[in-house]
This record gives sequence, C-alpha cells and structure tokens, in this order.
Amino acid sequence: MSQLQWEDFTPGRVFEHGPRRLPRDEMIAFAAEFDPQLMHLDEEAARATMLGGLAASGWYACCILMRMCVDAFVGNSSSMGAPGVDEVRWLLPILPDDALSLRATVLETRASKSRPDMGFVRFEFELFNARDQRVMTLITSLMLGRREQAAPKAAL
Amino acid sequence: MKLWEDMAVGERAEIGRYTFTTDNIKGFARRFDPQPFHLDEAAAARSHFGALCASGWHTASVWMRLMVEHQNREDEARRARGEPIAALGPSPGFRELKWLKPVYVGDTVIYSTEVIEKRASNSRPDWGLMSIRNSGVNQKGEPVISFVSVAFVERRKRAA
Repeated sequence: MSQLQWEDFTPGRVFEHGPRRLPRDEMIAFAAEFDPQLMHLDEEAARATMLGGLAASGWYACCILMRMCVDAFVGNSSSMGAPGVDEVRWLLPILPDDALSLRATVLETRASKSRPDMGFVRFEFELFNARDQRVMTLITSLMLGRREQAAPKAAL
Repeated sequence: MKLWEDMAVGERAEIGRYTFTTDNIKGFARRFDPQPFHLDEAAAARSHFGALCASGWHTASVWMRLMVEHQNREDEARRARGEPIAALGPSPGFRELKWLKPVYVGDTVIYSTEVIEKRASNSRPDWGLMSIRNSGVNQKGEPVISFVSVAFVERRKRAA
C-alpha cells in the first residue's frame, strides 16, 4: 500500500481501528510508572475515590490512542509529528480489560506557509468502549509531508 | 494536596526534573509511539527533527509522574505539620498542549506548575475545580512543553 501523504487527508475522511483490549496488568503497569495514584493502581482503594473503582490514567488513554493511530494510519503516512493538542476530554472512566475502538475524522487541512513540503491535518479522535460509549475525545493537528511538488517553471 | 479553599491563583512550584535517554525514549516509543524519529537514530537524522527525540506523550506522561511525587512529598510535609490533606480527584481533561521544541537524548526537562483558575463544582459540592498551567523547560532554559489541565480538589468539610 502506498504511503499516505497530506493530500490524501480530505475533510470528512474517517479512519477506524480496533477494538484493542486493555489488559488490567498493562493498565496498572503504566500507572505504576507514570501516574501512581490509588484510583489507577489499587482496586480496593479505588472504590473509595470519585471514580468508584479502578480506572485507567487519562495519560494511558492518550498513549493508547497514539498507538492506535500509528497502527491505523500514521505508521503508513508521511507523518512529521504534531505541534501539540488543542483539547482532550476524558468523558467516562476507562475500565480494566475493556476494549477500545478508535475513530479518527479529518476536520480540515491547510498547507504550511513556511514549509512547502508540509501541511497540517486537523483531526477529531474519538475512543469508544466495548459498550459503544464514547470515553474520550482529542482534537489535534498532525503535520504531514506533501507529495513532490512539480518543479517551478524557470522564470522567463 | 492543599484544600481547594487554601489554593491561590498565581501559586507556582517546580515539581521535579527528568533526563531523557536513548533507552527511555526508545522504550516508551516502542510501546506507544513507534514512529521512526522516536526509534531510529539514522531515520531521525533524516527527519525534520534532525536527531532522535522523545514522543510528546512521553514528555507529558513524565509530567504526571513528577506531579504525583511532588504532591506526595507536599502531603508528607503537611502531615508532619498537622495540616489537613485534600484528596486530588480525577481530571475531566486538558487543553492547549504545545510541544514547543523537540526533547533530544540527554536533555533534562525541569517541570513547573502554576494555579491559573479556581471554580466551585456545581454538581459536586464537596469538590472544587482547579486549572493549572504546566510547563517544562530544557537545561538551556528553552520551553519544550506547556498545557493547561483541570482537576477536582477536595474542599474543606462544612458543618451540615
């Protein structure tokens, strides 16, 4: 399959991926390394927290979303990374052993003014759990390489 | 965590620092962000980054780790002084995350946090919400990451 370039990301195009299961031990291992709060680490202690039970770190959800993006299309694209993230909403707790599905929708695209070899693609990413509830949304612009431009005509 | 009532807009703290290495950059990227510029020196050299650099999610996840450790240390000190300790609740999300410069092998990022807004929770009277601006600068003083996050913080118990 040929590599996806900036020109291939037209507004409204949708990429889907998953479901991807989140094994309890991997979820807890992430929390132990990056977000060691009881609500993400310990079933018993988590029951007393606002979440009411063990739930994934929101940062784990971001990292899993990134991995699913790479597996869905970023890994087969001219990706040049991203300058940031406009907004992330953690809508519902993500539970151990749940399975997440990703939907990525192209919102808009624009060429870079300073770099003719690059363009921006603004996406809405949504994660759904196994019960088809939307658990997280993320809005960001990715930077992608453009197809070779035709060489400019020599000035007459 | 300080009680929500005791937090003041403008309060700022350095929460910790972390050095990114070839091993921790690649280890993180293999699991969560396996793109060539986070995994392979030669491919990274050909990319617009110019050299192997950390996944932005790695830079952000390290902030969370340092924030939890910082709060644990602060809570220990509060306990020793006999001061109340508020629970830190979950976060509804964050916004305006900017990866301002790549984080390269050998860079040490110094992370800080600042309270920028407080508001009461309409739905949960025992909790307030705080907005904090979190940032990281490298050893040369160049900003590398910035974002605004929101979290629930426990309020002082009120007489029924």
